[in-house]
Amino acid sequence: MKEDSAGRQTENGESPDPGQWKRTTLVARGREGGLDRGASWFLAALAVVAVVVPILNQLVPASSPFHLSVYAITLIGKYLCYGMLALAVDLIWGYCGILSLGHAAFFSLGGYAMGMYLMRQIGPRGVYGDPILPDFMVFLNYKSLPWFWHGFNHFAFAVLMMIFVPGLLALVFGWFAFRSRVTGVYLSIITQALTYALMLAFFRNDMGFGGNNGFTDFKDILGFDLHSDSTHAVLLVITAAALAGSYLACRAIVESRAGRVVLAIRDAESRTRFLGYPVETYKLWLFVFSAVLAGIAGALYVPQIGIINPSEFSPINSIEAVIWVAVGGRGTLYGAIIGAVLVNYAKTYLTGAFPEVWLYVLGALFVLVTLFLPRGIIGLMPARGKTKGEIESEKEVEAEEDREQSLKE
Amino acid sequence: MFRTELQIAKTILRSGQRLLPLLALWFGAAGSYAQSSNDASFLSTLGELRDASYADKAAIAERLSQSGHPSVRAVLTAFLEERLYYRNSDQKIFIAKTAEGDPLNLIDPLTLKSAGSASIDSLTQIGTNNALRSALRATVARYSLSSQDASVRSDAVREMEKSLDDPTVALLRQRSEIETNSGVKKEIATALALAGLDSSDAKTRLDAIATLKQSVSQDVRNRLELLTGKSPDGSFSESDENVRRAAAGAVAKIDRWRNFYSGIETLFFGLSLGSVLVLIAIGLAITFGVMGVINMAHGEMMMLGAYATYTVQLAMPAHIGISILVAIPAAFVVAGLVGVLMERTIIQHLYGRPLETLLATFGVSLILQQAVRSIYSANNRSVVTPDWMSGSLRLNDALEITYNRLYIVIFTLIVFFLILLVFKRTRIGLDIRAVSQNRAMAKAMGIHTKWVDAMTFGLGSGIAGVAGVALSQLTNVGPNLGQSYIIDSFMVVVFGGVGNLWGSLIGGMTMGTVNELLEPFAGAVLAKIFVLVALILFIQVRPRGLFPPKGRAAEDK
Repeated sequence: MKEDSAGRQTENGESPDPGQWKRTTLVARGREGGLDRGASWFLAALAVVAVVVPILNQLVPASSPFHLSVYAITLIGKYLCYGMLALAVDLIWGYCGILSLGHAAFFSLGGYAMGMYLMRQIGPRGVYGDPILPDFMVFLNYKSLPWFWHGFNHFAFAVLMMIFVPGLLALVFGWFAFRSRVTGVYLSIITQALTYALMLAFFRNDMGFGGNNGFTDFKDILGFDLHSDSTHAVLLVITAAALAGSYLACRAIVESRAGRVVLAIRDAESRTRFLGYPVETYKLWLFVFSAVLAGIAGALYVPQIGIINPSEFSPINSIEAVIWVAVGGRGTLYGAIIGAVLVNYAKTYLTGAFPEVWLYVLGALFVLVTLFLPRGIIGLMPARGKTKGEIESEKEVEAEEDREQSLKE
Repeated sequence: MFRTELQIAKTILRSGQRLLPLLALWFGAAGSYAQSSNDASFLSTLGELRDASYADKAAIAERLSQSGHPSVRAVLTAFLEERLYYRNSDQKIFIAKTAEGDPLNLIDPLTLKSAGSASIDSLTQIGTNNALRSALRATVARYSLSSQDASVRSDAVREMEKSLDDPTVALLRQRSEIETNSGVKKEIATALALAGLDSSDAKTRLDAIATLKQSVSQDVRNRLELLTGKSPDGSFSESDENVRRAAAGAVAKIDRWRNFYSGIETLFFGLSLGSVLVLIAIGLAITFGVMGVINMAHGEMMMLGAYATYTVQLAMPAHIGISILVAIPAAFVVAGLVGVLMERTIIQHLYGRPLETLLATFGVSLILQQAVRSIYSANNRSVVTPDWMSGSLRLNDALEITYNRLYIVIFTLIVFFLILLVFKRTRIGLDIRAVSQNRAMAKAMGIHTKWVDAMTFGLGSGIAGVAGVALSQLTNVGPNLGQSYIIDSFMVVVFGGVGNLWGSLIGGMTMGTVNELLEPFAGAVLAKIFVLVALILFIQVRPRGLFPPKGRAAEDK
C-alpha cells in the first residue's frame, strides 16, 4: 500500500528503511536544545518587523524616504496572515501528509465571523441607516436579523465563533473523511469539493452573508477607527504576535510525543495503526487545530484588508496556499511562512507591473518547485551544525530511495 | 353556423394544388388553372401587388396560392412577415432574406435563389395591415395544409387552431377525410374538437372533450379549464354540469400526462448534462484511474478542445455545418499532443508521488489558461451551432428535445463504446491494461512502458479535448471553461470507482440526472451543493466508489 505524500515509503518492504530513521531524527533535531537556528532567526525577524514597521509608519514623518505608507503596512499584514495560513497547511501536509485543498474554506469562515462582527459595529452609520440590519440586508428586504447573526455584536462571541466555526467544520468533515479512511488524492479532491460547495453557497443572496458582494465598508473594531494608520499599525503588531504564537504552538505540537506519532502516520500510516495508535484521532485533532489556525488567520486578515467575499473560498486560493508551503519548504513550519511571504510579494509586484505574466510565473512555480525543489527554499540552505559527512550520507539515502522508487515503477 | 354550398365549394377550391385539377374540372374552372403554373403569369400576378389596395392584396394572395407555382409558400410567408419588396428602379419584386438589416440580401421570387443585395432606400416594401395579415395567415395555412410534407401540414393545423372560424373548420373537416398521416389526422381532430366546444349542443361538447382528453397541449388544457371556471358574474361559464365534470376530468388527465412528459424532459436534460460529465470523466478515468495520475489540467485540455473548435470555425466560415466534424479530430490531436508533451516533460518524473503530480499539473493548468488568454483574449468566444444541430425534435405538444443535447448524448455513447473497444480489442488497450495492473511484470514481458504511459496520457487528454468540442455547443468558450467542470468530473470518477469506465458512465449519468431533478425544487446552486454533500456521505459507505477495483491490483491503488 503506497501511502505517504512523498510517496517514498511503501508498506510492503519488511526491513525498516534506513532513510526513515534518518529523516525522523532530522526533524526531531533541536528538541533537546530548544529552538534551532532557523527558528530563532525567523522569530527574530518577525519581532523586528513587528517593532520597526509601526515605527517607520507612525514616528517617521511622511516626507522622509523611510516612511512606510499605510498601504505598505496593510500589505505586510496581509502577508503575515497568509503566512499563518501557510503554517496551518504545513502542519498537516508537511507533518501528517494530508494535502488539504480546502484550507481557504477555514480561512474564509474565520474571516466571515470577523466580518459579521465588523458589520454589526457599523450600526446606524450604514448607507440605509438601519440601526440593526447591515446595508445588504436592508437592500435585500430582510425584515429582521437572521438567527445566526445574533451575538455577533459582542467581540468576545465573534472571537469564539472564529475559532469554533472552522474547528467544528473540520471536526465533522475530518471525522467522516478519516473514519472511512479517505486518504491521499481522494482526500485532496474531497476537500476541494468542500470549499467549492461553500463558495457556491456563500454566493447565494439568501444565505444571509451578503451574496457575491460579501462584507465591506467596515467602520471600526472595538471602537478603534479602521481608517486610521495607528489602528492598522496595531493590527499588524497583533498579527505578528499571533503568527509567532501559532508558530511556537505548532512547534510544540510537532515536537511532542503526539507530534512523533503524527510523523509516523505520515511515513507509514498502516504500520502506525498496527502498532496500536488511534491514527484517526491523531489526524482528526491535528486537522481541527490546523483549521482553527487558518480561521484565526482569516479573522486577522479581514479588518486589515477591509473586505471579505465568497471568492475567498475559491479552490485556487487553497491550492495557492499549498504552493507557498512547497516553495518555502514542507515540514519546516517557518519555511512555509517564508514561502507565503515571498510568493505573495512576487504576486503583488507582478500583478502590478506585468499583470499577464503572473499566472505564467505561478504556474511555472508549481511545476519547477515540485520537479526540482522538493524541499523548497529551506532545502537549498545546508543546515548549520551538520557535518559534511552527514549531508553526504543524507544524499546517499535519497539517491537510494530514488533508485528504489524507480524500481517499483 | 350556416353555410351555403357555394361557400363550401369555394373553400374546397382553395384547398390546394393537389386537389385542384379534379375540383377544377368539377366546377368548370379549369381555364384559370391551365396556365397558372407558368412563371410569367405568376410574376404578373405578383406584380399586381405593387399598387393594389389592402383588400385587393388579399385577393391577389389568394390567386397566387391557387397558381400552383413552387415558390408560392416562400412568397406568401415573406409577404406575411413583411419581407416582400419591389426595386424602385425596375419595379421587380424580391424577397428579402431577413426582415432587418441594410443592405438587404435579396432572393428571386421565382427561382428562390440569391439575387444580390440592395440598400433599403432603393426598395419599397409591399405593406400589410392587420386585416390583411390575418387573411394572409389563413391563406398560407390553407396552402400549407395541402403540402406534400406531413410536418408542414401539422404546423398549418396548429396555426389554424388559433383562429377557428367557419371556413377554417370546413377546410379542416374536408382535409380530415382525405388525410393519410395519422399524426396530422390527430392534430386535425383536436382542432375540430376545439371548435366543437363552441357548439350549442351539449352532446357535441361532450364528444369534443372526449377527443381533447387525448391531447397534451397547453392550449387545449387552458381552453378546457375555462369550461370549469365561473364567469365574473358568478354563474358557471359552462351551463351543463356533465360537460363541466368531463372538462375537469380531462384537465386532470392532461395535467397528469404533461407532468409525466415534463418528467421525461427533466430526465433527458439530466442525461445530457450527465453526458458532458461522462465525456470529461472518461478522460479522467484513463489518466487518474488507469495511470493513478491526478491531472488537474484535465479541464484545460477540454478548454483546448473547445478553442480548437472555435479556431476550426474561424478557418472555415463558409462550412460551419461540417466544421464541427472537422473539429472533433482536431481537438483530439491538439489536446492529445499537449497531453503527451506534459507526460514526457513533467509527469513521468513524478510517478508514485500523486500529491506532487497534482500540484505540478495544477501549475500547467494555470499556464495553459494564461496562454489562451494571451492568444485569444480573456473574453468569451461563442462557437456557432451548425444548422443541423439547432432546433428541436418535437415528440408531442408537451415534449420537445433539443437536437444539440440529443446529439451530445449520442456522441457520448459513441465515444464511450469506442474507448471501450480500444481498451478491450486493440494492442495498445491491452498494453495499457497490462501496465496499469503490474508495471514491473509488463516491462519484463517486453512492453515499452514509457511509451505506453505517454500514449495513455495522450489518449485521456485527447478525449478531454473531444469533450471540449461537445461543451462548446452548450456554453461559451472561455479560459475558465475547464475549471467550472473539473471538480464535478473528479466527483464522477470518485463516485463511479476509479479506473472503471462503466463506473464513469453510470456515475456521470446519475450525477447529471440527480442534479437536474433537484434543480426545480432547490435551485441550481443548492442542487449542486446537495450533490457534493451527498457524494461526501456516499464515500463514507463506499470509499472506493460504485465499482471498486477488484483483485490484486486493487491493493496498490
